[in-house]
Amino acid sequence: MSSTNNSAVKSAAETQQQVRNSLARRYRAERRFRFYGFAAVTAGIAFVVFLFGTIFAQGLSVFQQSYVKLEVFYDPETIDPAGNRDPDDLVVADYQALVRAALREEFPQVEGRPNLRELYGLMSSAASIELQRAVTANPDLIGQRQTLWLLADDTIDMVLKGNVSRQAREDERRLSDQQIGWLNALEQRGDLDLRFNRSFFSNGDSRDPEQAGVRGALIGSLLTLLITLLLSFPIGVGAAVYLEEFAPRNRLTDVIEVNINNLAAVPSIVFGLLGLAVFIGFFGMPRSAPLVGGFVLTLLTLPTIIIASRAALKAVPPSIREAALGMGASRLQMVGHHVLPLALPGMLTGAIIGMARALGESAPLLMIGMVAFIVEVPQGIVDPATALPVQVFLWSDLPERGFVERTSGAIIVLLLFLLLMNATAVWLRNKFEKRW
Amino acid sequence: MSDSAASVDSLKTKVPAKTIGDITVPSPVFSCRDVDVFYGDKHAIKKVNIDIARQQVLAMIGPSGCGKSTFLRCLNRMNDTIVGARVEGQITLDGQDIHEKRQDVVQLRARVGMVFQKPNPFPKTIYENVAYGPRIHGLAANRGELDDIVNQSLRRAGLWEEVKDRLNQPGTSLSGGQQQRLCIARTIAVNPEVILMDEPCSALDPIATARIEDLIDELRESYAICIVTHSMQQAARVSQRTAYFHLGDLVEVGETNKIFTNPQAKLTEDYITGRFG
Ligand SMILES: Nc1ncnc2c1ncn2[C@@H]1O[C@H](COP(=O)(O)OP(=O)(O)OP(=O)(O)O)[C@@H](O)[C@H]1O
Ligand SMILES: [Mg+2]
Repeated sequence: MSSTNNSAVKSAAETQQQVRNSLARRYRAERRFRFYGFAAVTAGIAFVVFLFGTIFAQGLSVFQQSYVKLEVFYDPETIDPAGNRDPDDLVVADYQALVRAALREEFPQVEGRPNLRELYGLMSSAASIELQRAVTANPDLIGQRQTLWLLADDTIDMVLKGNVSRQAREDERRLSDQQIGWLNALEQRGDLDLRFNRSFFSNGDSRDPEQAGVRGALIGSLLTLLITLLLSFPIGVGAAVYLEEFAPRNRLTDVIEVNINNLAAVPSIVFGLLGLAVFIGFFGMPRSAPLVGGFVLTLLTLPTIIIASRAALKAVPPSIREAALGMGASRLQMVGHHVLPLALPGMLTGAIIGMARALGESAPLLMIGMVAFIVEVPQGIVDPATALPVQVFLWSDLPERGFVERTSGAIIVLLLFLLLMNATAVWLRNKFEKRW
Repeated sequence: MSDSAASVDSLKTKVPAKTIGDITVPSPVFSCRDVDVFYGDKHAIKKVNIDIARQQVLAMIGPSGCGKSTFLRCLNRMNDTIVGARVEGQITLDGQDIHEKRQDVVQLRARVGMVFQKPNPFPKTIYENVAYGPRIHGLAANRGELDDIVNQSLRRAGLWEEVKDRLNQPGTSLSGGQQQRLCIARTIAVNPEVILMDEPCSALDPIATARIEDLIDELRESYAICIVTHSMQQAARVSQRTAYFHLGDLVEVGETNKIFTNPQAKLTEDYITGRFG
C-alpha cells in the first residue's frame, strides 16, 4: 500500500520544483501577451488620433465664414416702387440691387460694367436672400439704413482662410488682382472678417459652398434614426424575448435563428434594394423620405438588436427565472419583472451598436433616393431629405475648394452626433444597470 | 371521500414491490404513482410511488445525485422549465392530477411553494423580495397589509432582527445563510399549502438551522412539508416520515423513527450508518 503510494505520489519538494520551473514560462507568456495587447491598443489610438487630427484640421475652419460689413439702404424706389408694401411684391423685389448699391457706396471709385461685375462678385448671392428675409419679416425697414454683416463669396472666404494664396499668379486663383485689392482694403477697414458660420447650421444643401449647410442632412438623419429607433428597438426586443422565453424549440425556430444570424451579415446595400422594391415600388411610398429611410435602416438594425438582446436574455441567471416561476409568477411576469430589467442594459448596448451603424450607413439610403440634391430643410418624415453620411459623400465629390472643409465639417457633425447618441445610451444603461 | 379511498386502493395494486415500507398514508396531499423523470436519455427518477401526508414533514435523504431535487421539482412542475426534461406517471394534489390541462401551473406553484438548493433572491430589495409573491397573487389590499405580511414572514424565517433596519437594501447583499432565510420568508409570504425545501440549511450555522427547524415544526401544524437534507440528525429531528432515494429509486419510505432505528433495506442501513456515500 505505502510502496504504491510512494511511486505514484511525488514528494512535495519535487512538485514545488516543477511548479517553479513552469513559472518562468508562464510569466513569459503573460508578458508577451501584455505586449501584444499594448501594441494593439497603441496602434488603435494612433489611428484614431490621426483620423481625428486630419478631420479636425481640415474641418474646423468651416465653423467660421467670411462676412462683409455693408451699410444697406432699404431703398423704397427699388424694392417697393408702388409704395403699398404688398407682401407678394416684397418677396419678389430686387434685393440684389440693394447689395450692389451698398457695394458701390463702399467703393465709389469703381466704374465701368466689367469692373462693377467683379465688385459684385465679392458677395454671395445669399446676401440678397438675407435682405429679402429681413424685409418680409419687418416691412418697416423700408426707407431705413442698416449696417449688416453679409455673407461673402466663397472665393473670398478661401483667401481669408489662407487656403488660396494672395500672392499666387492671377490665372491660378479665381480672384482677379483688382478683387484682391478690394479684399485687402475691406480687411484694413475692418469690414471683412471671419465670423461664426451661422449658415452652416441653418441651411440645407447648396451649389454655393458658402451657403451650403448641414441642417438638412442633420434633420434628415435625426428623423430617419428616430423612426429606426422607434421601430427597431421594440420590435427587436419583442422578437428576442419571444424567441428566447416563449417560443418552443423546434425546427421552425431553428430556421428563424439561423436566418436572423445570416441577416446580420447581409450587405447593407441589399437592404436598400429591398426597401426600393418593397416600400417604394410595391407600397408606393415617397422617394427620398426619412420614413422609408427609417424602414430600411430598421431592417438593417433589427438582426443586430435581436442578437444582442437574446445574448442579454441568455446571460440572466436561470436561478432568477426559477425563483420567479417558483413563486407562482406567470411566464410574462417572470420576464417583465425580473428578466427584462436585468437584460435591459445589454439590450441597450445592442441598440447603441445598431443605431451607430444605422447612423453611418449611406449605401441603402442611396438606393431609396436619399442622395438627391435637396436645398429645403425637411419639415417632416415624408419630406425629401438626405442624411449626414450621404451629405459627406455628396460634398466630397464636388470640385470647389470650399466643399473640402464642408466635407470634413459634416464628418465632425456626424461624429458629434454619434458621440451624443452613445453618451445618452451609456447614461441610460448605467441608469438601468443594477450592480448587485 | 370513499371515492378517493377507493382510488388509492386501486392504485395500491399497481405499486411494484421494490419500494420497502409504507408508501401510502390516509388522505394524502400529494400522491405520486409510477413517476419517471428523464433528462434527455438519462433516467433520473425511476417509477417512484409515494404519498405525502398533511401536517407532516417528509424528509428525503440519499447520496448526492440520487434524484432528490429532481423528485422535489416534480411536485410543483418546476421540471417543466428544463429543456429536455420529461416527467411521466401520475402526481395528484388533493386528488387532482397536476399534469392535467385543467391544472393551472401558476396556481399550482402558489399552492406548492419551493425553497431552492442554492439561495436565489431576486436582485431587488429585501422588502421587494418578500413582497413579490403577495403582490403578484394580490394577497394584500393595501400597503399596510403588505408591510404586515413582509414583517411576519421575515420574523417567522428568523431574519427580522437582522434586516429590520435595511429592508431597502438589495437582497443579494445578505450573507449566504441570510439569503436562504430570505428565500424561506419569501416562500411562506404567499401562505402555500405545501412547502418544498431543498437543503434549506446547507449554508446555515447551527443557530439559524435551529431557527429554521423550529419554523418547520411550527409550519407543520398547517402545511405539508417536504425537505431534502444531507443531515441525518436533521431528518431525525424535524421529520415524521423519511424517504431514502438511491440512484433514482425510492428504496425505502416509512416513519422516521423506524427508518433510523430499524431500516429494512440493506442500502438504507448502509447509508444511515455511514457505511455508504
Ligand atoms: N438539468 C439537468 N439536466 C440533466 N441532468 C440533470 C439535470 N439536473 C439533474 N440531473 C441529473 O439527475 C440526477 C439527479 O440529480 P438531482 O439534482 O436530483 O440530485 P440530488 O439528489 O438533488 O443531489 P444533491 O444531493 O447533490 O443535490 C443527477 O445524476 C444529475 O446529474
Ligand atoms: Mg439536490
